[in-house]
This record gives sequence, C-alpha cells and structure tokens, in this order.
Amino acid sequence: MILAIIENAFLSLIGSAIPASAVVMLAATGAMLGERVGVLNLGQEGLIGIGAVYSVIAVLSWGVESPWLAMLIGMIAAAVAGLIFAVCVVAFRASQVLVGLALALGGIGLSNQLGTNRNGTPIQTLFREVNPGGILDNHDAVSAFLFHDPVVYIAYIGLPVVLWFVLFRTRHGMNMRAVGENPAAADAVGVSVTGWRIFYSVLGAALTGAGGAYMVLSFTPTWSPDIARGRGWVALAVVIFAGWRPGWAVAGALLYGSMISLDTTAQARGWGLPFMGASDLSFFLSMLPYVVTLVAILIPAGAVKLGRRVRSTAAPAALAIPYSREER
Amino acid sequence: MTGDGTRPSVEARGISKAFGGVAALDAVDFEVRWSEVHALVGENGAGKTTLCNILAGIYRADAGQVLVDGAERDFRSPAHAIDAGIGMVHQHFRLVEPMTVAENIHLGWPETPGVVSQRALVDRTEQFMGEMGLHVDPTARIWQLSVGEQQRVEILRVLARGARVLILDEPTAVLTAKEADDLFRVIRELAASGLSIIFITHKLREVLAVSDRLTVLRQGVREITRPTEGATASEIARLMTGEERVLDVEHRTVTGQAALELKGVSALNDRGIEALHDLDLTVRSGEILGIAGVSGNGQSELAEVICALRPLQSGSITLDGADLASLSVRAVTDIGVGHIPEDRIGMGMVLSAPVKDNAVLHNYWTEEFSQGLTLDRQGVINFAKQLVETARVQTRSVFSTAGQMSGGNQQRLVARREALAADRLLVAAHPTRGLDVNAAQEVRSTLIDKRDSGCAVLLISDDLDEVLLMGDRIAVMYEGRIMGVFDSADADREHIGLLMGGHSAVEAAS
Ligand SMILES: Nc1ncnc2c1ncn2[C@@H]1O[C@H](COP(=O)(O)OP(=O)(O)O)[C@@H](O)[C@H]1O
Ligand SMILES: [Mg+2]
Repeated sequence: MILAIIENAFLSLIGSAIPASAVVMLAATGAMLGERVGVLNLGQEGLIGIGAVYSVIAVLSWGVESPWLAMLIGMIAAAVAGLIFAVCVVAFRASQVLVGLALALGGIGLSNQLGTNRNGTPIQTLFREVNPGGILDNHDAVSAFLFHDPVVYIAYIGLPVVLWFVLFRTRHGMNMRAVGENPAAADAVGVSVTGWRIFYSVLGAALTGAGGAYMVLSFTPTWSPDIARGRGWVALAVVIFAGWRPGWAVAGALLYGSMISLDTTAQARGWGLPFMGASDLSFFLSMLPYVVTLVAILIPAGAVKLGRRVRSTAAPAALAIPYSREER
Repeated sequence: MTGDGTRPSVEARGISKAFGGVAALDAVDFEVRWSEVHALVGENGAGKTTLCNILAGIYRADAGQVLVDGAERDFRSPAHAIDAGIGMVHQHFRLVEPMTVAENIHLGWPETPGVVSQRALVDRTEQFMGEMGLHVDPTARIWQLSVGEQQRVEILRVLARGARVLILDEPTAVLTAKEADDLFRVIRELAASGLSIIFITHKLREVLAVSDRLTVLRQGVREITRPTEGATASEIARLMTGEERVLDVEHRTVTGQAALELKGVSALNDRGIEALHDLDLTVRSGEILGIAGVSGNGQSELAEVICALRPLQSGSITLDGADLASLSVRAVTDIGVGHIPEDRIGMGMVLSAPVKDNAVLHNYWTEEFSQGLTLDRQGVINFAKQLVETARVQTRSVFSTAGQMSGGNQQRLVARREALAADRLLVAAHPTRGLDVNAAQEVRSTLIDKRDSGCAVLLISDDLDEVLLMGDRIAVMYEGRIMGVFDSADADREHIGLLMGGHSAVEAAS
C-alpha cells in the first residue's frame, strides 16, 4: 500500500519532470552551443521569454495553427535577440557578462510587455503526445516515461545525439571546440573565429527560444508574466553541471527538472519542513538547484586542487573572453 | 618550384605598420628566396614578429605590398596566407592544449575528413610524420608534451598544409641545446628540399650556424640584407643595436654575516612532488650569488619559497636573522625583498593595466602614493615617468597598457621596479631570458648596482655564461639540491657543467 503510494508519487514526479525539464534541456543545449565556441550568454532567461511570447502572439494574434510554425516564429524572434547580443559581444567585443545580463532583464521586460493582454488565455494549438497504437494505455509507469510530445524526444534524444556527434565526431566540431579553447590557434589555421562565434550564438539563442515556445505550446500552456521562472538560469547551471557535454546535459536537465517539479508539487500540496520550524518547504526546494550547481562546480575545482586534472569537464578555456587578431 | 636559390619566394615591399600611432615597421623591404634559410635578426621590439605576422596574414599592413612567387597578394586572414603556401610557427604556440596531437594537426584543415574518428586522424598523422621524418606521439594531448615536441607539432601542422614558406618566430628561445640542434637539422633539410625558411632569432651564433642570408631590422627599419657567409657576429650585433655596450663585471669577495640564510629547506612543486630537498644556502649582503643549473631542478621553487609564494615543508629561511617564511607576500616586500619573477607576464605585471599602475604594483598602498584613502594620481604618474626614464623603458606613454610594450621593455620595467623595492635582498629569476643584448646588459647593470649598494642578490639563470659573468659566488643546483658552491675565482666551467648534469663532486673532480 505504502509502496504503491510512493510509486505513484514517484511516477507523477517523473511524468511532470520530463516535460518540465524539456525547457531547461533546450535552453541548456542552446547555451552550451554558444559556450563551446567561447560565447557566454547569460541572457537565457530573456530568450525563453521572447521565444514564448512570440509563439503566443503567433497563435493568438496571427492565427497560426501549427505548433511547429508557432515554435519556429518564437525561435526566429529569439535568434534576432541573439544576433544583437552576438554583434555586441563578438564584433564589438563588449563584455559578455554585462550584455548578457542586459539581455536577461530586457528580454523578460519585453516579453512581459508584449504578453500583457494575453495573460491566461489558454492556447489550443498544442503539441500532442505520441502514443503508439494505444497498446500500453493507462499503464502509469510506461506512460510516465514514454508518452510525451515529439519536442521532448527531440530535446532529450535528437539534440544531444546530433550535438555530440558534431562536436566530437566531425571536423566541423573539432574546429568549433578549438574556437572555444584557443581562438588564436583556430584563427591561425584559418577558422573564422568571429563568424563561428556569431553563428553559434545565434543558433543557440534560437534553441533557447524553442524552449520558451515549448513552455507555452505544451507545458503551461498559456502565457503568464515572467514565464521562464528561473529556468534560464538553471539551464546555465546545467551546462556547468554537464561539463559542457551534451549527453550529461540530459542527466542535468532531468535532475534540475525534478527539483523544479518537486518545488511546484510541494507548494501545491503545502508540504512543510519537519525541521527548522518551517511550514513551507518551498524556500528550501527553490534553493536546491543552485546548491546542486555550487556542488557541481566545486567537485571539479576540488579535484584540481587535489592535483588531478579533470580537463574533460573544464569550461572552454576562452569562454567569455573576446578575441581580436591584432590584440595581444 | 625547387628554385636555383635566387628566385624570390616571398617579397615585402615598403611595408609599414603602426600600433596605436607608434610605428612598428617603417617602409620595410624584405625578400626571401626559394631553398634558403633566411635569418631575420634584430633586438626585442625591432619589428620582426610584426613583419612576419603581416606575411602570414595575421596583421594587415598599413602600407606596402606582399608578393608571393612574383604575384601580389592581399591577405585578409591567415587562411589566405595558408592558401598561398605561407605558414608560421608563432613564438607563443597556437595549439589547443586539451586536444591531441592528431587533432591539432588536423584543425582548420580542409583536407581533414568531414566525419572524423580519433583512429583515422592518428593514422593520417602517423603517415604524414613518416613522410616528413618528424615524430611526436599522435595520441598525446598537447599539455603532456615538452615545448620542443609542441614546436614539432606546429611545424608538422604547417607543412601538412603544403606550406612552401615556413616562418619560425624565435624557435630556439624555448628549446634545450639538443632540441635546437635537431631543429637546425630539420630546417636545413627543408631548405634543401626547396622550401623557404624565415628564421627569427637574436642569437648571433644561430644566425651564423644555419642561415644562408640574413636581414637585420632595427627599430622598424631594415638595416641590411646580406649573405651570411663572411658576416661576423660583432658586425651583426653592431647593426642590431646601433652601438656596442659590453659589461665588465668586477667580482668581489664578501665575508661576514649572511643576509639570507636557508637551513634544511624542503618544499613541494605544483604537482605535489618534493622539489627542494633539505637545502642549505646563504647569500651575504653586497654579493651576487648565482645559481647555475638546468631549468626544472628546483630553481623556480627556490625563488618562490624565499618570496613567500610557496609554503615550506620543513626548514627555515631567515633574512638578517629574522624569519621570512612565516611572512605574507606583502610583508616580505615591505621588509625590502624584491623579486624579478621568472614569468614576468603572469606574475610580474598586469598586462591590461597602464604602465603607471604597473610601476607601483608593490607600493601603491604606501604613504608615498596616498592621499587619505585615495591614490595620489599625480604622484603615481611622476614616479612611473621617472622609473620609465631611468630604466630606459620604451613606451608610448605611462598611460598605455603594459601589454603594448615589447617583452624587453616589460622586463626592464619589472627589473627596475623590483630593484627599487629591494633594500636588503633581490631575487632575480632568469631576468634576461628572451632579452636582446642591450636590454640584458641593462638588467644586469641593475643587479650590479644593487649589489654595490649593499643588497644581497640571488641570481637564478639557466644561462651558465650569465651566472659565471655575474656571480661573486656560484652555487650549482641539481634535482633540488645544492651540488657545490664556488667563489667566482675558483669556478671552473667544465666542473660546474658536470655538477649541473648531476655528477657528484667526487666524480667531477676525478
Ligand atoms: N599587437 C600589438 N599591439 C600593440 N603594439 C604592438 C603589437 N605587436 C607589436 N607591437 C609593438 O610593435 C613593436 C615591434 O614589436 P615586435 O614585432 O613584436 O618586435 P620583435 O618581434 O622584433 O621583438 C614593439 O614596439 C611592440 O611593442
Ligand atoms: Mg618577436
């Protein structure tokens, strides 16, 4: 009996964590793409908002009926924001941290503004779950793990596999990694550092925008202000947790996604904390993703301190450092 | 293509280039022929690297033309220069450290297969190394390699792309004598096979040993291009420096109390392995103690423990009887210890900060430069100007960043600053490494002035000539131990050479 309850709770957690984390997964992949070529975009939170609000606009105002098309529109909007960011930090070599923070705040503000009179309007144009032939209908365990909409499969399987393959199995990916590790070296052998950095930050922004679009087209599914609710920041943490490796981002996103779901569930059910006299668990759960990030950062740092090299999980060496050929 | 040795491969005509208004090159003509090794010589800051960076498409010239095989070219990026057959091995290697040798060789190379596997890259690399007769483990990661091996990777990478003109920027600066000899052999072979080699150096011995022709640059202007045959070292030196300054050091024997005293000192290196073993050493006020030894035998760690930059495992370090080891870095500076660090870029200065701030890195908090809680800007500027003048540092102004100065000028600045800070002890680690003749002489005079004013000077250098020239006493270091200490009058070069190689005193004597 108790086992069944626990199993049930666990399954419902997984069932909601997977789609909840898909947003994080898309944004983390987008962020990772830029970071692999040395561009740190702290504006993920804003890009999610922009992607989301433009998908909402596409559906509610422009009458777009395909969720794919709505998502594409969200992605394009985020890509435009990403392009502005990339031109500032790559071409004009502005501080990636400052412009990224501006994008985060500006993107949230802009999307809230655009979304004001669309608050709470339910969105009908939704991604549908894939349920092959109804064979295993109503089996909780299977449906929790398996029956999701196609975006989930793309986010968790398609994207990481493709990105891993490109990064580690192609000439192109090798050059990408070189741009992120040592742009001067890449430049010296004829790789266009500026071009690649701009291209991949824009592509990354589009992916993060897809995350935002997914929120409103499947997950919530409605516009509400501050739609990202910290998922953009969590995505940045996932990239660190994953050690810039696409496969690990899946684990990271699920871990973080579960923490978010747990938090939401706890708030909804009013779970209290059995210690510290807190009647509300949520302050602790909201904090959890960031605590885990700290630990994830400290583990490799600690290993270095102990004299072990953990190079494969280290950040790209040129991350957030602008490059100019004639500067030394 | 293999020329008769007279047809020009690359020509630069009237090349000018300025950085932030300061001319680095002024209407320079430069011509290299097929099948020749062409030495490009000049002091630090003469413009050698800048000229070659222009040939390699890294920098764009403000004026002038570049011709390859007689045809004018406009290189807008290194990729264009590579396509034209020009490859450059930079002084600071451009390799991706966490990647393997095979990956680095295949970076940015259009002939690399679109889908790669480590196996395929390694096979291709091995095949290619076989053809070139140059070998490095293709599966090793760059950070695991010695500097000489890294250089070989760079050369292989350039040759792999079919470079016909190979530019080597100060390739021997980081090599051991044996590695340098190997490199010379490779260079000669490549030239014999028809390639053009541009070889940048300021070591005259190397110029005479390997080049067919040479070009001297001085302050951005070409002084001469001539066949190496018949040229003499002193003639080239005169053209490089425009004047000759030879240092004559008078040695002295100082007796009396030790200023710096190390007793039973042991310390670990960065990897946690013991680098100094139970070491005893004294330096007296008014003398230069030279430490001879092949680099990597604990010299860096020695300098660092003295300057409180590295913890002691055991033993004691005292200056005039007072404990040094327990002090903070700032306290060590405060009591009059100066340190010219080995890594002047990493430890000696802040490259992105202006020269004036670098001039007061040690003492900006002292009363001399304070007005209440704020910095006395004018005071700092005046101090920096004076420092720049006395140390003969060439910089546009004290407001330009330290990174804009050439290495020689950076070192002049650090050396003079540290000398000023050092009242009682000056620790100088490889203070003239990579410097040209003039800059080296100036740094050496600074050390001698310090000694004459009664300061204790500890000079660490892997250049035995320098240690013998400068040291009033000479200590030989090998694997973290002092193998012997000699007065300069009794210092026998061969004997010291044997001790440096780890032969014990007894063996060396017999
Ligand atoms: N990227 C750069 N930015 C500013 N100044 C530079 C740069 N590169 C070279 N210089 C300046 O140009 C002059 C020539 O430098 P360089 O070509 O490096 O000399 P060399 O290689 O002969 O030692 C120096 O005064 C140096 O400070
Ligand atoms: Mg140079």
